[in-house]
Amino acid sequence: MSSLAESRRRYGPSAFGDDLRRFANLTYTLAATDFKLRYFGSVLGYVWSLMRPLLFFGVLYVFFTHALKVGEGVPHYPVYLLGSIVLWTFFVETTGGCVQCLLMREGLLRKMRFPRLVIPLSVALTALFNLGMNFLAVLGFALASGVGPRWSWLELAPLLVLLTLLAVGVGMLLSALYVRFRDIQPIWDVASQILFYGSPIIYVAAIYDNAKEGLQEAAVTFNPIATILTQVGHAFVDPRLPTAATAAGGGLRLLVPLAIIAATFGIGLWFFSREAPRIAENL
Amino acid sequence: MSGTPVASVGSPLTSTASHPSAPAETPRPGPPAAVAVHDVSKAFRLPHQQYHTLKERALHPFRKNTFDVLQAVDDLTFEVAEGEFFGIVGRNGSGKSTLLKCLAGIYDIDAGNLQVHGRLSPFIELGVGFNMDLTARDNVMINAIMLGLTRQQARERFDDIIAFAGLEDFLDLKLKNYSSGMTVRLAFSVAIQVDAEVLLIDEVLAVGDAAFQQKCFEEFNRLKAEGRTILFVTHDMGAVERFCDRALLIEKGRMVEIGDPSAVAHRYNELNFGRAVHDVAPAGEERFGDHAAEIVRAWFEDEQREPVIAAPHGGIIHVCFEARFAEEVDDPVFAFTLRNDAGVTVFAMSTDITKGPSGRFAAGERVVVRMQVHNWLMPNTYKVTPSIARAGLGADAIDLRPDLATLVVHGGYETGGATNLPHEFEIERVKA
Repeated sequence: MSSLAESRRRYGPSAFGDDLRRFANLTYTLAATDFKLRYFGSVLGYVWSLMRPLLFFGVLYVFFTHALKVGEGVPHYPVYLLGSIVLWTFFVETTGGCVQCLLMREGLLRKMRFPRLVIPLSVALTALFNLGMNFLAVLGFALASGVGPRWSWLELAPLLVLLTLLAVGVGMLLSALYVRFRDIQPIWDVASQILFYGSPIIYVAAIYDNAKEGLQEAAVTFNPIATILTQVGHAFVDPRLPTAATAAGGGLRLLVPLAIIAATFGIGLWFFSREAPRIAENL
Repeated sequence: MSGTPVASVGSPLTSTASHPSAPAETPRPGPPAAVAVHDVSKAFRLPHQQYHTLKERALHPFRKNTFDVLQAVDDLTFEVAEGEFFGIVGRNGSGKSTLLKCLAGIYDIDAGNLQVHGRLSPFIELGVGFNMDLTARDNVMINAIMLGLTRQQARERFDDIIAFAGLEDFLDLKLKNYSSGMTVRLAFSVAIQVDAEVLLIDEVLAVGDAAFQQKCFEEFNRLKAEGRTILFVTHDMGAVERFCDRALLIEKGRMVEIGDPSAVAHRYNELNFGRAVHDVAPAGEERFGDHAAEIVRAWFEDEQREPVIAAPHGGIIHVCFEARFAEEVDDPVFAFTLRNDAGVTVFAMSTDITKGPSGRFAAGERVVVRMQVHNWLMPNTYKVTPSIARAGLGADAIDLRPDLATLVVHGGYETGGATNLPHEFEIERVKA
């Protein structure tokens, strides 16, 4: 009996499928198609896609340096602001795009057998392509603002890996949940707003008065995005900005955000795999 | 579920050349089974009230989530041999598409065991994943990769694909500017490039014109000749009889008939039109005439005078009705009119034209009128309108009952005409 159950289990649709090369090919193809449609669909494709974070940056920059003076005393604040906005855009594009991604690909899901995980992963990959394009703008801006290349820029790679793991973990969870509960959409809209202001994007962690230090430490400890952005500020923008370890109030505390990232990814993967066989019929 | 030890399937996408032994109780001579379905069931839960939002769930925490269970596939068992052209037929909602999706690995099954030996095509419809905003060139590459080719393979076969579709001149046109026929041609050309040993196809005949369907079937025959196995779902009994080696008829998820395509087509027509023989006058029926006689019922018979509701093209059939005279009538004219499903009269004949005076009938007398015809009708649904009229030029109707019985004609070939008249071709070369 167990062999019967075994072969049945392997036969239906699953998260991963059984052919890793096809998995990778499909993910890449779906992502590249979306990317292509975005950039070549209109005459100024690339410009438009840059426009959104740039305009956002412009507004925030004018407001927070001239009206509110948040950036005062922060070394290379504009570079930090643009860099963190671009990273945040990547996170929001991935997670927000994942929410409805299964519904958008309903036609494929109902007519073709393929590993279900391909769909949220392709959303993340498209967002990663966009991040690459946007990062060129950040790079140009940083160099123009006098932020020189340093060895510590290499830290960006592992930090980006962590951010991607977090975004994909949340994305897998959201996409699978959305199949069952359609109000994941507004819930996540609100949640990501909260996360935006709870993360040091328009401000820099642990650089203000000491009274709020406890709060800052808590934010950098318990919000992995805050941890990542803070470390990016130190490693990429200016070494005078605090490291994540400093901002969190101790290097050991960084284990907490790492654990949160791992747990989010693990739970997301587990839940998506559990739901994968029945996604097509539950949509 | 049977306790037969069944070796676990290899991955469905990779070919298993050395396939596991077939179940012990069905030792099958000849080619091994390409697809084995054992006691497979698949049900869908249809909730009475769908809770799609958390709020609704929170507001009614104690309300039981009631649902109906729709048993789409109910304990099916069959095998398809390697190289077989296998048709799956059934009425709308009979579960045939669900079965195909289970076979394709799109739906998970609830119980039973499914095995496919050999590489399975991952799609069940043409043009899955086509993007209307991209050019044909891009779509071909994307589609080929989706269907399981590598990028390299897709590039190598690109020219073949385009050549088969005959769309060399429209490569850089966006797909949204393609006609539907061109799109289907393109989709089909990509699909046949997939290296699948087992192809699953859902309603391919629903799209495309007659010429394209012909091309599809030629291609299927070529694939079949290469030893590939084809399972296809259709409503078209003509196609089943022409192309399938065997067919399966399902109704409400259960197997009704399996085997010879013409037997299956016959059962299918019975299921569909079984209630189309009116023994009793339907409510609201328009009756004509003065009712000196009454038509009781009408029906069709085959050559052996057995009542039938479906008949193969080309045979002998009898069109019959029974009437009862209420008054004495001299030389009544008995007539039949056959109309197809478009309402076109394809044949009408009466006794006064080809038989002559019918004689005197007394009050209370019952007659059965039979007209033997050679069935040159094309596959279609036909309804007979029997009538009795008084002799004479005025042809005053005694009784006329429109569309009283139905006959489904199947088999033969599609030519687009309403009938297939006995004919002979002659081609004479004229010397210049």
